This record gives sequence, C-alpha cells and structure tokens, in this order.
Amino acid sequence: MTNQSDLFKYLLHLGDNALIHSYRLSELCSRGPFLEEDLALTNIALDQIGRASSFLKYAGEIEGKGRTEDDLAYKRGERQFYNHLITELPNGDFAYTIAKQLILSTYDVLLFTELSNSKDETIAGISSKVLKEVRYHFVHARDWCYRLGLGTELSHTKLQNAINEIWMFTGELFESDETYNDLYSKGIAVNTNSLKAKWLENITEVLTKSEINIPNVDYMQSGGKQGIHTEYLGHLLTEMQYLQRAYPNAKW
Amino acid sequence: MDTQLDLWEVFIQSKIGAHHVHAGSVHASDAQMALQNARDTYTRRNEGSSIWVVPSKFVVASTTNDAEMFFEPANDKIYRHPTFYVMPEGAKQI
Amino acid sequence: MNVAAIENDFQQKIDKDLFIEPKDAMPDKYREHLIRQISQHAHSEVIGMQPEGNWINRAPSLRAKQILLAKIQDEAGHGLYLYSAAETLNISREELIAQLHSGKAKYSNIFNYPALTWADIGAIGWLVDGAAIVNQVSLQRTSYGPYARAMFRICKEESFHQRQGYEIMAHMMNGTAEQKEMAQDAMNRWWWPSLMMFGPHDSDSPNSGNAFKWKIKRKGNDELRQKFIDKTVQQAEVIGLTVPDPDLKWNDEKQCYDYGEIDWDEFNKVISGNGPCNKQRINHHIKYHNEGAWVREAALAYSQKIQPNAI
Repeated sequence: MTNQSDLFKYLLHLGDNALIHSYRLSELCSRGPFLEEDLALTNIALDQIGRASSFLKYAGEIEGKGRTEDDLAYKRGERQFYNHLITELPNGDFAYTIAKQLILSTYDVLLFTELSNSKDETIAGISSKVLKEVRYHFVHARDWCYRLGLGTELSHTKLQNAINEIWMFTGELFESDETYNDLYSKGIAVNTNSLKAKWLENITEVLTKSEINIPNVDYMQSGGKQGIHTEYLGHLLTEMQYLQRAYPNAKW
Repeated sequence: MDTQLDLWEVFIQSKIGAHHVHAGSVHASDAQMALQNARDTYTRRNEGSSIWVVPSKFVVASTTNDAEMFFEPANDKIYRHPTFYVMPEGAKQI
Repeated sequence: MNVAAIENDFQQKIDKDLFIEPKDAMPDKYREHLIRQISQHAHSEVIGMQPEGNWINRAPSLRAKQILLAKIQDEAGHGLYLYSAAETLNISREELIAQLHSGKAKYSNIFNYPALTWADIGAIGWLVDGAAIVNQVSLQRTSYGPYARAMFRICKEESFHQRQGYEIMAHMMNGTAEQKEMAQDAMNRWWWPSLMMFGPHDSDSPNSGNAFKWKIKRKGNDELRQKFIDKTVQQAEVIGLTVPDPDLKWNDEKQCYDYGEIDWDEFNKVISGNGPCNKQRINHHIKYHNEGAWVREAALAYSQKIQPNAI
C-alpha cells in the first residue's frame, strides 16, 4: 500500500515546479525581445499552468480532503511549497530566461519520459501529454542557445554569465529524497539522481555547440523539495495569492 | 542599427492531405525560428498539421492590372470542363 | 498611366467592391491613410497587453490565469497580424514602432486608463473588447485585402474575449457585497471611455471623407457606437449592473437608446497625452523594445554565420 501522504507531497512537488515556473514566464508577457518571441514564451507559460493544474488537482484527490487545485495553489504558505529553487529565481535578461529554459527543459524531457511509464496511471497520463510539450520547450531553448552563444560577443557573454549564475541551482534537480524511496521502488516516482548523467550529457552537447563553458561550482543550493526556499518565493506568493487571501469568502 | 528580422510567409495545412494555405507572415532570422514562430502564432487553436515557411522576398505576385490578360483568356475555354460534353442517353459511369 | 488615370482606375475597383492588393496601383493618400489606420490598430493591440498584463499573476484561479494569459497572447498575435498587413504597404515594422515611440503614430486612448481591480479585467474584456469587436466586424469588409483578411482572422479569434469578460462580471455580481461593489465601480470607470473608443461624432470627424470614399471605413462612428450601446445595456441589466448614464433611456420611436453627451474635454485631454497612463504605457514599450535589441542583433548575426549566402 502506497503511503498517500508521500504521494500527495510528490504531486505537490511536480505541480509546484510548473506553477512557480509559469509565474516567472507569465511576468515576461509584453516584455519579449520582439512580438513573435513574446507569443512563444507565453505558449510555454500556458503549458506550465496546465501542467500545474493537472498535478495539483490530482494531489487534491489523493489527499482526500476536498481541496481543489486552486485551494492548493492559492492557500498554502511558503513552507508548504516543494518546487525547485531555480523556478522561483527572478527573471533577468533574455539570456537568463533561455539559460533557465535550457536547464529545465532538458531535465523535463528526461523526467517526463520516465514518468509517462509510471505505475500510477494518472501520473503516466499527465506525463505523456506533458512530454510532448516539453520536447518543444527544449527545441525552443536549444535553438536560442545556439543563436545567443554564437551570435554576437555581447550575446555570448550574457549567456555565459547566465549559465554561471544559475548553475548552482542545478544540483537540487538530481537529489534523491528518501521520503520517496517507497514511491521509487514501486515505479510510481522517479529518482532523478538516475537522470543526472544523461542530463549532463545532453546539456553539454548544446552548450558546447553554443561555445558556452560549463562552470565549476563548489557548492550547490538546495532546499526547495523540503520547503526551504529563497526569499523570492514569499513575495511571489504574496502577489499570486492576493485576491484569495484578501477576500477569503469570495468565489471568482 | 536596424534590428528587424526578415519577413517570412506562412502556409498552414489544416489536416493531413489538405493543401497548405497562406495564413499570414512572421519575422524570423533563420528558417528554424520562422517555423517555430509560425507554430506559436498561427496554430494556437489547433489549426495545423503541417507548416511551410518561405522568405517573403521570394514571393512573386501577379497584379490585378495583369488580371485581364492573365485570366480572362481562360473564360471561353469551356471545353475544358466535363459539363461541356453531351453524353448519349443511357450511358453509365461516364 | 498618369496620376488621374490611376486614381480613376482605382476608384472604379473600389466602387465595384473589389479588394485592393499590395502590388496594385493605389493613390499615395490611400496608402498613407491605411498605414496610419492599420498601424494605430496594431499598436493598440500591443499596448493593450499592458493593462491586462498587470493582472496575470494576481488572477484568482488557475483557470482565470490561463484564460487571461491566452487572451493577452491573442492580442500580441493580433498586433502581429496587423503589423504584417501594414508591412505589405512598403513600411517595415521597425519604422512603425519608431513612429509609435516618437508619438507620430497613436494607439487607442482606452489603454491609457489603469486596470485597478480584478473587476477591471472583466470590464475590459466585456466593454473594451466588446466595443472593439463592433468596429472590427465592420472592418472585415474594408477595401484593402491584407487588412480585411487580418480583421477576419482577428474577429474569429476574439469571439471568446468579450465572453470571458462578461463571465467575470457575471460571477462577481453573483458574489459577495465587496465583489458587487468592485464590479459596479469598474463599470462606472470603463463605460464612458469605451464609448469614446468609437471616436468623435461623425460631424466632428475630420478624416473620414476619403475613408468612406475608399471604403476603408464602412460605417460611421455614431452608428457603431449606437450598435454597441444597444446590445450592451441589455447585458448589463441581465447581471444587475447599472449603466452610469442618467440620460440613458429607450427611445421607442427610433428603436434604440438615447444616451448622454460624452465628455469630449476628457477625450481630448487623454488623446493629447495627459491621461493617467500615457507615459507609463509608452515607456514600457520603449524599454522592452530597446532591451530586445541585442537579442535581435544576435539572432541576425547567427543567421549570417550559419547560412551567409542563403537569403
């Protein structure tokens, strides 16, 4: 028998990653480098909101207390969010966005390839749909890496700086979490530690072709999966949850 | 410096087997970007199963001023249409 | 052909309700009028992303957020279709944007008002998009082919915009006292600016003579405004909102609503740059357009490297 509260937390983790990531992407709406790219980034944000919605809805069902995806998105506090720290980092320039997209979409393709074979049918179903989306996200990020990496000296510098800055948030993606040992062994969840080598290989291929170096980082940040976040998350939630918190009796 | 990207014409095939039909245009600096921008702009509502993109500068168009000499000579060539021919009564499947 | 012959030929086509296409001969004034109108329309779509964008990350549910984001994205798309239509007239998007930034080109006044509460998102969708659609439907038969085709696609896609706004308003009018108050307040603030979107009375509209002759414009400002009022008042009644116009009443003889006089001083104040958000909107656009320059330069440089002789 699967421990339902572990599964609940795992689903929150999957949902929160998409929810918080979509928040940052949504902030870019009307701020793209040109109109076509504005539409492209918005499409990615919409995919992520859809993904968050599916996983949080299922999380609510597993919890069995009648909470909806909106209850879970809008009425939890900072310490009950389990997203990776990288998703909550404030937006920088376009190179920063692309660096983040490359790191996360490379990871997502591997993760959702595995999760579409999850023994949990609902997770498998959501994940096969998500896999198609994230494959496109990867292609979008990869091609922009080539353009920025090989484009001008300025774009190359900006992309290299972005990769350098963000790299210390990549370690967390591959930490195995013993909370989930049972889910791993039952083939429901994926121990992402097993994806690390392949991820590094895939991302190295893109970065090398873009003439970008992988930085040496002494220390990796982590904590998101345990609900220990950056200071940025609190502000993000303050904005996101404003209406739900200010008018607790209202339905929208 | 002028930083505008090139203009591309977008043709969308609504379902497999159908013709590609002109949908509009996008700006892009290379072919892959043109395809992706066309996808993100013109297939948001499930309109497509395939996309062509062509640099706009390669499109050559006839003008309405040419229309008379281009198209009207075809008007009286009614023998190109099957309804022109009178078939003997009783003949089937023709 | 001399100028008079070209114009004569052109007017004959127009009178036969034929579409004018990019490579066709056309009077310079027609081209200029189109560039001004289409680009103003395109800029309006793009600047219009800002007031609503202000609320994406405060949308109160995941569904509301998806809808709003998709709607704003449509506006980007519609701006893009319209820029493309304008570009067929031998002017580049870069030039059009430069005209926006210099103030030479305008955008719709309505986006110089702030979106203050969530109910404003309802009011913008229902009233502002509702007013825009009335105008856009009539433009599907405008005489310039690329503009008409862009309008056709836009109308098809925008049909959900007004409904989503009205749904938000209906929901709030069904909600708590605070929500109702918020909805009515938004109605009060957006009603009059929405009526101003149709422009001055036809009797005061300086540019419309040629626009009608060339069939760029198919219907007058007052006729379109009346159409909008007549359908919207009923919708307001259904959900219990009051239209903030004490002079509004049904005219049985004319079979339409009589309405109070629009505050044209306010209209002129905003149009001349003194609305609450004029500077904010244009500065936002300039800032992100300029910040994007290095990205566009990099993309161009890259394309030269990978396919120097291709195009």
